[in-house]
Order: sequence, then C-alpha cells, then structure tokens
Amino acid sequence: MASELDRKEIERLQALKNKERMQIPRQRMPEQDAGERRRNFREVPHGLPPMVAVTEANRCIQCKKPLCREGCPVGIDIPAFIACVARGDFLGGIRKMKETNMLPAICGRVCPQEEQCEKRCTLGKKGQPVAIGRLERFVADWERQQGQGDVPVVGPPSGKSVGVVGSGPAGLTVAIDLRRHGHQVTIYEALHAPGGVLMYGIPEFRLPKEIVKAEVEVVRRMGVEIRYNSVIGKVETVDELLERHDAVFLGTGAGLPWFMGLPGENLNGVYSANEYLTRSNLMRAYDFPNADTPIAVSRRVAVIGGGNVAMDSARTALRLGAEKVMIVYRRSEKEMPARNEEIEHAKEEGVEFMLLHTPVRYLGDEQGRVQQMECLKMKLGEPDDSGRRRPIPIEGSEFTFPVDTVIVAIGNGPNPLVPQTTEGLEVDPRRGTIKTNLNTMRTSRRGVFAGGDIAIGAATVILAMGHGRRAARSIHHYLTTGQWEVEELPGEPAAG
Amino acid sequence: MPEVGEILENGKLADKVNRYRVHAPEIARRRKAGQFVIIRVDENGERIPLTIADASAGEGWLELVVQEVGKTTARMTQLQPGDVLRDIVGPLGAPTHIEKVGTVAIVGGGIGIAPAHPIAQAMKQAGNRVITILGARSRDLLIMERQMRAVSDEVHVCTDDGSYGEKGLVTDVLKKIIESAARPQLVVAIGPVIMMKFVSLLTKEYQIPTVVSLNPIMVDGTGMCGGCRVSVGGKTKFACVDGPEFDGHLVDFEELMKRQAFYREQEQQALERFRHQCRLQD
Repeated sequence: MASELDRKEIERLQALKNKERMQIPRQRMPEQDAGERRRNFREVPHGLPPMVAVTEANRCIQCKKPLCREGCPVGIDIPAFIACVARGDFLGGIRKMKETNMLPAICGRVCPQEEQCEKRCTLGKKGQPVAIGRLERFVADWERQQGQGDVPVVGPPSGKSVGVVGSGPAGLTVAIDLRRHGHQVTIYEALHAPGGVLMYGIPEFRLPKEIVKAEVEVVRRMGVEIRYNSVIGKVETVDELLERHDAVFLGTGAGLPWFMGLPGENLNGVYSANEYLTRSNLMRAYDFPNADTPIAVSRRVAVIGGGNVAMDSARTALRLGAEKVMIVYRRSEKEMPARNEEIEHAKEEGVEFMLLHTPVRYLGDEQGRVQQMECLKMKLGEPDDSGRRRPIPIEGSEFTFPVDTVIVAIGNGPNPLVPQTTEGLEVDPRRGTIKTNLNTMRTSRRGVFAGGDIAIGAATVILAMGHGRRAARSIHHYLTTGQWEVEELPGEPAAG
Repeated sequence: MPEVGEILENGKLADKVNRYRVHAPEIARRRKAGQFVIIRVDENGERIPLTIADASAGEGWLELVVQEVGKTTARMTQLQPGDVLRDIVGPLGAPTHIEKVGTVAIVGGGIGIAPAHPIAQAMKQAGNRVITILGARSRDLLIMERQMRAVSDEVHVCTDDGSYGEKGLVTDVLKKIIESAARPQLVVAIGPVIMMKFVSLLTKEYQIPTVVSLNPIMVDGTGMCGGCRVSVGGKTKFACVDGPEFDGHLVDFEELMKRQAFYREQEQQALERFRHQCRLQD
C-alpha cells in the first residue's frame, strides 16, 4: 500500500501553509453511476483512493480548538487521526481513531457528519468542510483490506459481568468499552444475526453486511459472547439476567413500526418499512429464490415518509425491480428529515418525490392486494412543535392513483417487550421510552442501564454509540463503587 | 449431549405431515400452552413460526408437527436425527390463559390438532372437563388422536369423507354438544382459518367465549415488522406478540386468509425449484 503513495506529493502537501491548504478543493468520492446502481445492491460510493485521502486530509488546518471534535457524539480525536492520514500514516490514523471509536467503517458510512463534526469544521465557514466522514471510512477500509486489524487491549478480569440486551450500535459500543475495563460481557441478540438496525435496517448498498460482520468480529475477538435467538422479555426476563450479571444494559432499539391507521392498511402489499427492509436486508429477499424469504414483486411503489428509512425503502424497491417509486411526503423537501445525501442519491436513481401529499386510504382487489392509493394535497401552515411548518390538508383535493406496493416509513416506537415484562422499570407513558438519566444512562431500576433508541426514541446510529460509551463509563463506575444514586458521572460534563 | 436445535426424531404422522422431536432444553422448560417457536433450517432459510405440540422439560425436547406446504417445510422432511436446525427461538407469543371455567370444548382441525394438544392438557390440569372435537379430511390425515384422548374427558372425531368417526364438519358436532347438557363455557378452536371462522360464527350465536390461535406470515416474531398483523375488533394487532390467540368473535378471518395467501406464487416457485433440485440429486 505504501508503494502506491507519492512521497514527494505528500512532502509538498505537508509543507503547505494554512492559507494554501484552504485552497485545496474538497475531494470527491467516486461512486457507482446512478443508472447502473439503481438495479444492483452493491455499495454506492467506492471510497477515497489513498492519495485522494491524503490530499483531503491535508486540507485540515489543525485548529488549536478543534470544534469538529465537540461535534462528535463519541468525541473522536479528529485532528489527530487526520494528521496521520495527511502524512500517509494510515496505520497511525486507524489506531488514533480506534482509541475512541471501534466501529469506524460503520460510522464513516452512516453518520450524518454534515450535522455533526463537519458542521463545526472551520473550513466550512467560508467554503466546504474537511470530508471527515470519508476519511474515517478510508482508514477503516484501509485496515480491513490489510487483513485482521488490531484487537483492542482488554482489561484484566474484574470479576464482574454485564448482560447487554441488543447487538445494535449502542450494545456493541457498551460491550467494547466494558471489555476494556476487564468486565465480562454477554450480548443477548433477539435475531439470528448481530448488528440490530445495522443488519436488518440499513441496506447493503449503503452499509455492506460484510462490514458489519467484520466489525462485530472484533467485538467477538475481544472476548464478548454473543447469544443469538435470545428475545429478552419473551424467552428470558431482565430479572433473570440480573441473577447472573452484575448489571444489565438495554439497547433494544426502536423496534415497533408505526402505521397510520388508514382504511386498507392491512391489504397485501402494504408493508412497514421495517418488514420490507428486514426481508431484503437481513433475510436477503433480493436474492430470492436462492434465499428462501420472498418479497413483493412490484411495479409501482409508494413510500410514505421523508426520513432516511423512507429513502432506504425507496431505493431498495428500485433495486428489486420496481418501474416507478414515489416518495409521498406531507411537507415540502425543506422539512424532510432525511440526509441531503440520501435525498440526492434517491433522486439520481430515479425516485420520484410527491411532496405535500398524504395518503388517506388504500383500495384493494378481490385477493386483498393493494391497487390504488387515495391521497390528499397539503399546504404548509405555521411552524409546529418540531419547528417545521405544519402540513394542512387542502379540502376536496383527494385523488387516487395506482400502486401495487406501499411502504409505510413514518417512524418507529421503542420496542415494548422489555418494558412490558420488567417490573420497576419506569417508562415514559407518551413515548414508550425507558426513563433514563441521560448523564448516567441509569434507569429507575437498580443495576439496569439503557441507551440508544429505547431511551430517546428513534435517532441515529452515532447517538446510540454515544449513549453506549457513556453507559459503559457509568456501568464501570457502578461496578467499582457500588453507588447507584448519582446524578452525574465524575469527570464528565453533563450531557447536552 | 445433542446441540440446541438438533433433530432427535423425524417421523411421518400422516400424508405430508411430520412430527419432529427437537433438542431445545431451555425452550422445553419455559414453554407454556399456546406458545410457538420460530425456526430457520439453514443459512439461506426463511424464518417460519411453528406451534409447539408437546415438550418434555425433563428430557429437554420439543415436538413440532409440521405440514409440508412450502420449500422450508419440504426441506424439513429430509432432516435426519443428528441434523441441526440453524436457528430455533422461543417460546414466543403470549401463553394461553388457563383457568378453571367448567367445561372447555377444544376443537382441533387437521394440523391444528398439534397446538391444541398442550392447551387441552393444561385445561384438563386446571380442573376443567375437556371435550375434544377432532376434524380431518379423512382417516389417514387424522393426527394425534391417542395423545388427545389421554388429555380429554370426551373425544369426538369427524372426517369430511366419513372414513372415520362421524361424517361431517366439526361445527356440526360442536353444535350438538352446545345444545346438549354439556354446553361448554369456553371453546378453543385451532385449525384452518375457514374452520376457525365457522366455529366462531357458531359460538357467537350461542354467546360462548371462543379463543382461536392464528398463524399468519411472520418474519422476526418480536413485534418488529408488523407482517403478522391481524384485525381484531377493528384494531390492528401483531399476532407474534399480542397473540397468537385472540377472541374468535372479533377476528377478521377474511383478511387473515388473504394475507396468508400473499406470497403463494413465490412459495410455489420456491417449492418447485426445490423439488427439481432434489430430483437432480437423486
């Protein structure tokens, strides 16, 4: 790999003054052509070639007070890892990265950097920010291509053990950090594969499952036991876990799909995004009949919602062969919660956007298969609680159009299985989340911690990881001091 | 020691119906009447829900009675003792509400007799008088009669073709029982959707509470995907976590039948492809 590096060019870049660095344009990441990729499940961006990564890293001016780092939910030492890449020291870069983030190949792909680190980048004030996410992905991919990476140092056995419920981003992060403290960790995963939403939710073309597996493998090599097919709350209760573990972390995620309660919503061909994506991602229905799980063969697909999950569903439907895929969203594009990158990718691939529309009912045929969707046009009113302009139906604007598949992607609630079966665990009655002190990630039940979507409702992978990080510190504090009633962890500012 | 998911026995009960004894000590210890498991045969396999027909906590096994309807269930028939199911998870679903109500009529149709067995057993143990009605298309398709007799006070058998027991439908027998002195306080019906529908219509007339156990298409079995949703009293429920048992007087059976048929074409395609591959191997 080092032979591919142009040492002279690196020397030149390294000698640049800040003013000159800021003249370097943000480097582009090559990606699969839209016309081609809309019919395959291969990953869309190819990643940065090594010298492009070095060039991009040399745009960083190494701010004295790096605001990017403050914007990162897990506090990666961004300038330090970028400095390594800028010198062509990729091994140093990945090591620096892994001091704080053990799952960089995942974060580099799915984090909304434009809302976090890159939003705070000094370069972004006048021009384009350093492509921190792409560099993160670069060092992670570089390491994987070298073969097995370093296994992080595991602490000496503490004699304590922790049960972690769920192997999604929160659970994996907790497990890694607890192993570093020497605590024994068992992860209980409800499904037959690890990764939670990384596996069942995010499609292959955005996060290849081989990458999830590789990062989980590191966790396993750190000595974490993963028990599959363990549906806590059904197969076993949290109380039973507390009998064999000194503490329990709940990272059970947002596994309750919302529907709108519209007439015809139970017609065949109307899916929750969770089901549609689980069939395609986890069960690999896109490879039917080589994989056994079927999925609808669609021509005209309507995806209800405007978030990342809606974009993932729409782009999956295209790849499964649909002729026409429409995003139906009740507000305008400006209010869409999806990342810009996802919206752009969807548009490039040919997903159509029906903005300011909402479904009111679905009509089916004799076999109970959805055939028509009735919509209402909307206009925007005053801002609502979320700060976004409220959509108001335009009376008499109903119209129907033909669809054979509908994917409802309007969000997910917290999975209720654990709260329903755990006594003394307080739940927010409105949101269904487990009441959790966000400074300490502690719940109302002694010895039970929570984080990720189950604690705050559907959010992002990186926020869940941030929770996992804090929960691990808090669990370590609890296991070593025995103190439960603490409002803040020593040595850490309160959560924002 | 066998592995979890290891097949201990695989025997034919009737045409296209097999009984599998599977090593799963944790599930055997925890399962209650009315609960189910989800299995995956191999790495490319789909997740399918199967009701538990019997279990031994002491010996650590479960019995699953499975009808060959698609590729996965056809593949299962080839499993030999010592083969291991790739995944088995459970017990899932809410257990049957068991209490002493007096007389309970258990109606089992076809393959539905298997999941009815643990319920009859538990109802009997709770001190109920258990009247069992078993229905099958013909004598050679009737399963588990002996086991059902062992847990029932009274057993009635009927077949569509009259080849065994009474010729007729389970509803005809149930109606006679309801109108006799032995009128049940509760009816539990498990079988083809059409049977559960007509049992529920009948018992509604007589205002007898009726529990049905539904088997819609599922994926994860943890309430995460909503694929198994059923309409009960106008509300949408997830059979995997809210069920699988529901009030038969409130279930929208028509919708359930349609939802069960959604993937029929693809299921046929997968099954034919599988049979073709099997022939090539022979």
